[in-house]
Amino acid sequence: MTTSDLVLPARGGAAPERRASSVLTDTGNVWLRETLTIVRDPFSLIFSLLQPLIFLGLFGPLLSGFTGGQDLGGTSPLQWFLPGVVVMITMFGTSMTGSNLQYEIMTGAFERILATPLSRPALMIGRALKELTPLVVQGLIICAVAAPFGFVIHPLGILLGLVLLGVFGVGIGALSYSLAIAARKNEWVFWAVQQTLLFPLLILSGMMLPLEAGPGWMRVASQFNPLTYVVEAERALFAGVLADPSVLWGFVAAFVTAAVGLVVGVRTITRSIF
Amino acid sequence: MIHTEALTRTFGSGKDTVEAVRGVDLDVAEGELVAFLGPNGAGKSTTLRMLTSLLPPTSGTALVAGTDVVADPAGVRRRIGYIGQKDGAGHSYRVGDELVMQGRFYGLSKSESVERGRRLMTSLDLAGMENRKVSTLSGGQKRRLDIALGLIHEPPLLFLDEPSTGMDPQNRANLWEHILRLRAERGTTIVLTTHYLEEADTMAERVVVIDHGRIIADDTAEALKAEQAGDHVWFSVPAEDADAAAQVLDGHGEQLERTTAGATVGLRYRVGHGTRALPRLVLALADRGIGVAEASVRRPTLDDVFLNLTGRSLREGGPALTTSTEGQPA
Ligand SMILES: Nc1ncnc2c1ncn2[C@@H]1O[C@H](COP(=O)(O)OP(=O)(O)OP(=O)(O)O)[C@@H](O)[C@H]1O
Ligand SMILES: [Mg+2]
Repeated sequence: MTTSDLVLPARGGAAPERRASSVLTDTGNVWLRETLTIVRDPFSLIFSLLQPLIFLGLFGPLLSGFTGGQDLGGTSPLQWFLPGVVVMITMFGTSMTGSNLQYEIMTGAFERILATPLSRPALMIGRALKELTPLVVQGLIICAVAAPFGFVIHPLGILLGLVLLGVFGVGIGALSYSLAIAARKNEWVFWAVQQTLLFPLLILSGMMLPLEAGPGWMRVASQFNPLTYVVEAERALFAGVLADPSVLWGFVAAFVTAAVGLVVGVRTITRSIF
Repeated sequence: MIHTEALTRTFGSGKDTVEAVRGVDLDVAEGELVAFLGPNGAGKSTTLRMLTSLLPPTSGTALVAGTDVVADPAGVRRRIGYIGQKDGAGHSYRVGDELVMQGRFYGLSKSESVERGRRLMTSLDLAGMENRKVSTLSGGQKRRLDIALGLIHEPPLLFLDEPSTGMDPQNRANLWEHILRLRAERGTTIVLTTHYLEEADTMAERVVVIDHGRIIADDTAEALKAEQAGDHVWFSVPAEDADAAAQVLDGHGEQLERTTAGATVGLRYRVGHGTRALPRLVLALADRGIGVAEASVRRPTLDDVFLNLTGRSLREGGPALTTSTEGQPA
């Protein structure tokens, strides 16, 4: 697991075993603290469910009309489009999560948490996982809602798809925190960078519209976008094709993103002055 | 418990460099209660943040609870508690949840954490607020919650950065009762910063006066006041006798202040033992035919100590040596 791989070397004192297990416990505790805000205010969760449904309900038919009801990549437009929506809500949720951290840095709560013995990777992973908690609920509900309109449910594929998004989301979340910490003195910089990066990444992954119809340079650019591999893997998984090579590449992209995110994140936390 | 050598911290670079802490040598023994006293920007918080491993020193070394803050910051964090100057409790969380999670961050079991949280909330006058969102608490309530957060794991060494700021007198008393009990029962070592001179004076055994990033005095409040300030005696005499009176008084102490208020002049002197000196000085003045209209003795405060050390007052706004009960310069 990435969580235990990334334990910083225990300098002095504590035995490595204790530290490794405590990273998991710490991650669980950080996740729990964040998740309690959802549990205490479930209305926010209900509201967040509406957003992807609206997107699916408005964009889906448009896409069908666009393709003249023809199949996309060998599947029905809905089957093709729905995994993209799930990836999109992951991207939105995890890439914005840094702004919560910025607020906690501003008020001083983050300093209090930094003064506790919580492991630094756990601070990142636990928080990012919190953004993924509603995602699981959102993903399942979207699938259930889409089922009557011709979306075929492959439970194992969906489950693996959500695990893949979990790993990827931790990476994006950690990068979002790094950006939030780097921009802690100018909040608007966080939003400017987040927005500037988010949409090109989304479009260049073929998430909303197939890139096959786009110019060559876009197709080339998309090959350098980790999100492309994640989206393709999700399409295969949601279609129930678990053995597709795109699934493997999707997991590679997700784990690389998570590893890069956590390394950058932990370095940013330990080197910044709050 | 704490040992530092030439601890320094600079912020920024080039022209905008701020030398926040410039060479702090400090030793704190187990069980001590130490107050850092100093004006805004003196470097109190910066020192505390280095001792709690939150901020790496620019140079120098610090051993805290037997652990080097640079080599093993995580080890330091396991052995201490820290209540920072800003809000510790997250605004979007519930009071009870924050307390229980803080306990669990320190490895307490859920039931232990809930139990300790409940007790702390009672003794810090927060009972019944478990389900409130932190953002809805008043300033003083938030501060008390911060204190509870810092105490839940009952650390052997506790740092508090301006713990009582924003609290009313009743709650400040509760806080102190709590801190002193913790110390009596568990022998907790406590290092705190404060702006309340009275608080440093009456509660701390040892006062470390910090100014411009340096320790300029370090002793018990009593010793500091005796050495640095002495008692103040003040006389109000008719303006035409002021020079003669000053001549008499100059032989007995150091003049601190001379103010004219209409037809009278106020003279303030520093003397060894104020209550004993006052009657004698009044008689000495009477011998020279000088009628003293009013006289008073004032025991020194830590503000006098600071004034004597730096030439500046710690009290906000007010002129250096006048207090509200005595004559203000016209
Ligand atoms: N992160 C930072 N970046 C730049 N300068 C800083 C930073 N933190 C503190 N300083 C500067 O260092 C000096 C000491 O600050 P510090 O917060 O330690 O003071 P303090 O004694 O705690 O004051 P106060 O009583 O106002 O809390 C100040 O001049 C301050 O502006
Ligand atoms: Mg301060």
